[in-house]
Amino acid sequence: MKYVDEFREPEKAEALRGEIANLSQQLEKPIKIMEVCGGHTHAIFKYGIEEILPANIELIHGPGCPVCIMPRGRLDDAIAISQNPNVILATFGDTMRVPGSKTSLLQARATGADIRMVYSPLDSLQIAKNHPDKQIVFFALGFETTAPSTALTILQAAAENINNFSMFCNHVLVIPALQALLDNPDLQLDGFVGPGHVSMVIGTDPYEFIAQQYHKPIVVSGFEPLDILQSIWMLLQQLVEHRCEVENQYNRLVEKTGNQVAIAAINQVFAVRESFEWRGLNEIPNSGLKIRPEYAQFDAENKFTIPNLKVADHKACQCGEILKGVLKPWQCKVFGTACTPETPIGTCMVSSEGACAAYYKYGRFSTTLPNKIVEQSKVTISS
Amino acid sequence: MCLGIPGKITEITDINHKLAIVDVGGVKRQVNIACIVNEQHPPEACIGDWVLVHVGFAMNRINEQQAKETLKLLQELATIQAEISNA
Repeated sequence: MKYVDEFREPEKAEALRGEIANLSQQLEKPIKIMEVCGGHTHAIFKYGIEEILPANIELIHGPGCPVCIMPRGRLDDAIAISQNPNVILATFGDTMRVPGSKTSLLQARATGADIRMVYSPLDSLQIAKNHPDKQIVFFALGFETTAPSTALTILQAAAENINNFSMFCNHVLVIPALQALLDNPDLQLDGFVGPGHVSMVIGTDPYEFIAQQYHKPIVVSGFEPLDILQSIWMLLQQLVEHRCEVENQYNRLVEKTGNQVAIAAINQVFAVRESFEWRGLNEIPNSGLKIRPEYAQFDAENKFTIPNLKVADHKACQCGEILKGVLKPWQCKVFGTACTPETPIGTCMVSSEGACAAYYKYGRFSTTLPNKIVEQSKVTISS
Repeated sequence: MCLGIPGKITEITDINHKLAIVDVGGVKRQVNIACIVNEQHPPEACIGDWVLVHVGFAMNRINEQQAKETLKLLQELATIQAEISNA
């Protein structure tokens, strides 16, 4: 496939590994780099990248998985909507097993709710056309990567005058989350691997505050193993040279000012919420999107009675600390015992982009070497 | 959820709704191309373009020149490393 295999070549990975090792010796202290995006977390484990890094470089897995940060109350709200006998709830497959306070969407479906998995929000519009006697609600979530597609879906529903379609909007924004992390005194980060596909939409300009106000380097990265290794190499160069800049490794897809059509669609349909609750990060100001009043007829929060309760996380679950990078997944009390991908207690164990699921799936954890991974020592870069 | 997959636009199926067929590793699927068309690059000019597809939408064109430049840099790095280890 175009520019997938080319970014997996082992000899180039070996060269980058050597460069990273050389640069790491010039670091004045051990460093912590956060990969914000859950897609990066998954790729880092899949390709064994963490274990080929020198011991003085630690990767912190950030809150950039939209499934992981979904608070239980919002899940309960989606389930409450699905309980209406006239409703078909449609959503992406990732969300089906996310635990609410009592059940998941999958369990709700098993007990009779009409809940359907779709590949694209446009598929839910097709369901609406096929079932004019039902109300179809799309459970929308995701960062700025996904928001343009749901915005364009609402615009198409408006253009086609589809009246039995609405959206339960749970979109979140990456910049306020980064700001909250940077303001958290518990987290001492030295740099960021920036999200590739969010940046494809918003561009690299919105990250300038990280370099200028917080004096941290950030490199926007692609998702293939060479992309991630090259981004870490670029970050190390900045740290060794005491530079703090926004750099773009993923320039085959990401432009400085992003995708203007996508940004315009987001701005036309959505407005910023004053505050939105994130699992593990609590309320973050200006961090969520809601549907503008002009499109109120497509807003499920306007169309249905929604409990809108705040529900605390399960007492045993430490997803919050894991999403902030304060704890490693295996340090959670229930990791791998009560909480597994088959019976998740917390969201980080549900999505393949969650840190707990990645550690569990690839079996890379150690209780003796908290900083490094020991179970597999050989890197596998081949596809 | 925020991942995407590269595919090649092979056909425009609905110019009004900006729908096209994208070939992703041999699997063909209809996607929305609204985010990658403009006056300079109308739908009919998109055939043959490589794009990144995310939840049924083509989100951006893959910039071949930038990809090649990145790979060239990485190749130079690999060559230098090989020379160092052989020296």
